Amino acid sequence: MVTPPITIEGLTCRHGARVAVEGLSGSFAPGSLTAIVGPNGAGKTTLLRTLAGLHRGHAGRIDLGGLKRRDIALLPQASALDRSFPVSCGEVVALGAWAQLGAFGRAPADLPARVAAALDKVGLSGFATRPVGALSAGQFQRVMFARLMLQDAKLLLLDEPTAAVDARTEADLVAQIRAWHAEGRTVVVVLHDLDLVRALCPQALLLAGSKVAWGATEQVLTAENRLRARLLAEAQTGPERRKAA
Amino acid sequence: MIQDLLFAPFDLGFMRRALAGCVALSLAGPPLGVLLVLRRMSLTSDGLQHGILPGIALGALLGGVTAGGMLPLWPMALGGFVAGLAVVLLAGWLARATGGREDSQLAALYLLALATGVAVISATRGIDLAHVLFGNVLAVDRAGLLLMAGAATISLAGLAVLWRPLVVESFDPDFLAAMGEAGAVWHLGFMALVVLCVVAGFAALGTLMSVGLMMVPAVAARHLSLRLSGQVAAAVAVALLSSLLGLMLSFHADVPAGPAIVLVAGLVWLGAMLLGPHASLRARLAASRAA
Repeated sequence: MVTPPITIEGLTCRHGARVAVEGLSGSFAPGSLTAIVGPNGAGKTTLLRTLAGLHRGHAGRIDLGGLKRRDIALLPQASALDRSFPVSCGEVVALGAWAQLGAFGRAPADLPARVAAALDKVGLSGFATRPVGALSAGQFQRVMFARLMLQDAKLLLLDEPTAAVDARTEADLVAQIRAWHAEGRTVVVVLHDLDLVRALCPQALLLAGSKVAWGATEQVLTAENRLRARLLAEAQTGPERRKAA
Repeated sequence: MIQDLLFAPFDLGFMRRALAGCVALSLAGPPLGVLLVLRRMSLTSDGLQHGILPGIALGALLGGVTAGGMLPLWPMALGGFVAGLAVVLLAGWLARATGGREDSQLAALYLLALATGVAVISATRGIDLAHVLFGNVLAVDRAGLLLMAGAATISLAGLAVLWRPLVVESFDPDFLAAMGEAGAVWHLGFMALVVLCVVAGFAALGTLMSVGLMMVPAVAARHLSLRLSGQVAAAVAVALLSSLLGLMLSFHADVPAGPAIVLVAGLVWLGAMLLGPHASLRARLAASRAA
């Protein structure tokens, strides 16, 4: 049986009266690795959150190709989480087993071993009991990747996974994204570094409120398309900002 | 001498009742306070303690003051609980309906509620406004003790059930929502427990300081542990210590008991903020020297 793609038709997302994404149509093929790129305020995070079912203010159609909520994992921007929160690395990683745990379920007997293995895989062996408040930005992102491993999701939505991390951590995280792609998972990743996008992602979506280009990365990231995206973004952030129809 | 200092206050029945009530509040309030701090809702509790006042006033009005001048505790507590829940729901609904922030709507609502409550109480004969606003932990009777113990029991049981989703929702609300969990249900359940403890606190500490044993120890605990379980344990310990020392201070130095308890908790917070092992001024100074 062929797995259906994730299809978007005429998607418009609003934040109150402001339109963040307008009239977006296209699809993510199963097992694809797609970068979402675009200037600040282009609607990249809003699109990811909408795909994750977190953004309610949208019109249009999203067909997740039969995926359920728990088949989707979202890595939020690192700045969206309180890193001084008094939880341990192991507790954060264990959240990845929420589908088995639920709000009231008993933790599976093998959970500590799975948590330890995931931490080991991201280079944080022995960190299970360490508070997240004691971690560097890079180590925290590694913990979040370990959580994603436990989620074992079919669709991974990653919002700026390599922002504000050191070069070695970036290389390790990129290797893990490649591994997920090789395993046949569908990965959608918001990135700013265009060199990294070219090196990592076969597909790209250039967004500037609306779709500028969507397809093979080299055909999307042309100078002409990037200029168009910049002009569109500047037009939207000016005084004549679009209002909802 | 030491025996007189430590045990003499509790030879008296009203002091033992006050201590028992404070122990109940110290066990139930601080865990909620820790979660309020982590959810960046510390001032919400402050708003709520004023928000319950109209309900307390209406409860007193409808329940009727007895000939002996006793206040009708249960109608007042029920009124306070309903009013507190109404303030929580109304602030949330107004924020969503107007696109404003929930804390600003709460600030406006609680001032309105405070003014309404004071107006109703002032117009009701037989109710001492100062008693409602500031409470009197030494006057806690059997009914008051039952209210505090009952609220503590319900609150601790409710928190045990809601603990996991509440902690996850406090740390990463989007994660829980993406998993298809109804975060609003957990939030509302949590706020109902907070309102319950605020109402129970009113019986001892009055509406102006009813969250004293909930919030001050919780804020102090942030400087005492990096772990959630450690912060909860530290907050409960600080609340229990403050209750005991506050009541002793009240007995020996003739200071009103409610303010004495909150003052002791405040001193512990000050000490933790200055010298505590985590996020204190001392810890930051040491870190900047090491850098």
